[in-house]
Amino acid sequence: MPEITVTVNGTEHRLDVHDRLLLTDLLRDRLRLTGTHLGCEHGVCGACTVLLDDLPVRGCLVLAVQADGRQVRTVESVAPDASTLHPVQQAMADCHGLQCGFCTPGIVMTLVAMHERDERPATDEVDEALSGHLCRCTGYRNITEAAHRALGCEREEARR
Amino acid sequence: MAAPVKPAPFEYVRARSLHEAAELLAADPDAKVLAGGQSLVPMLSMRLARPARLVDVGRIEHLAYVDEVEGHLEIGATATQTQVATHPLTLSRVPILSAGIARIGHTQIRNRGTVCGSLAHHDPSAELPALALALDARLTSFSVRGPVSRTADAFFTGTFDTALDLDEVLTSVQFAMPPEGTGWSFREVARRSGDFALVGVGALLHTDDAGVVDHVRISLFGVGSTPVRVRAVEDRLLGTVVDEPALDAAAEATADQIDPTSDAHASADYRREVAAHLVQEALAEAWATTRRKHADA
Repeated sequence: MPEITVTVNGTEHRLDVHDRLLLTDLLRDRLRLTGTHLGCEHGVCGACTVLLDDLPVRGCLVLAVQADGRQVRTVESVAPDASTLHPVQQAMADCHGLQCGFCTPGIVMTLVAMHERDERPATDEVDEALSGHLCRCTGYRNITEAAHRALGCEREEARR
Repeated sequence: MAAPVKPAPFEYVRARSLHEAAELLAADPDAKVLAGGQSLVPMLSMRLARPARLVDVGRIEHLAYVDEVEGHLEIGATATQTQVATHPLTLSRVPILSAGIARIGHTQIRNRGTVCGSLAHHDPSAELPALALALDARLTSFSVRGPVSRTADAFFTGTFDTALDLDEVLTSVQFAMPPEGTGWSFREVARRSGDFALVGVGALLHTDDAGVVDHVRISLFGVGSTPVRVRAVEDRLLGTVVDEPALDAAAEATADQIDPTSDAHASADYRREVAAHLVQEALAEAWATTRRKHADA
């Protein structure tokens, strides 16, 4: 079993892992970080999205061994403290951007990565990034509004 | 409790050099190359692929490059789709490649998926193989026998099949940079954004100052077991001045030139009709942009 060193949410872990262990299963089952959700487990739904070296990726399409030496961030790392929400999380709450909430952690991670970039993204760029996530409650309107608000995009209403 | 595992057992080996990757592949005919893993890992998880060994080339240094080499845009084995699509050289010199890559899956996939990986995987409904044909690409691979270079025409041999031998690793692709002022268009019809296309087209068109076509490429995907360049249609356009009747004729000729199959997603007839429409629209757009560039020059 290969030994890997992976930094998850700022904490370095040295772990023996199976060759065939997926990053999502490492996070959820070995590190007990169950905020990262598993939906389709073949790269379609986006629920498992985490940041790998600051870029949003499908956790289910990364082998744990491929994360060796890399930085992973999950939804558990997003809020600055126990009583404060990240601006992306706050916007999701303010706009009622979640219904059952299952797809929410993945969406939050995609938006956090965009939030951390210097430039303000174009509205269609945000919509394109959100298209990598499936919401089975089909609550897209409010999720989109939350994303636009969090990232400082032009309000949809203003364009009509 | 042991963590669950989805793929069937395999041995994971991280190659430190192309030589080592080639040796590992030569030593085991049941080995597969892993780079970004965006096609391979889902196949492993669904156990559609059960290789005995994965040779990970993702950590070999200096392969994640995008560079201009002798009039070509050269892309190394581990350059991600995001990296290539957003590279200034791609955006300025081969913008159709950026537009085509933007239609692959989603941001989160393109952040890990590699250009060379998609070419080596060769899903015939994928964007990059068709772009390789449209951009007269050469694909270079490496094995214990040394490097080999093939044209895109010779490279794609059938659904999920290429001219690569089992022990070869694709090391780079060289896309020809189209002539200055070339108009282009990339279009596809998919059931949802991010899905594999039912049919798609990449078209490039260049005219001389008199408006006569002197360079044209039309490459379709989703209409056969490999991407399809409709050379008969290209040949009819070469040396002519494009007008509305010529575009109608190109669409009609496209329908005659392709032989799509029916599947659960679309019938052959539907694919043929969509392909004809897409070619007409793409050529019209490419023609309009190349004329505009001439007017601006």
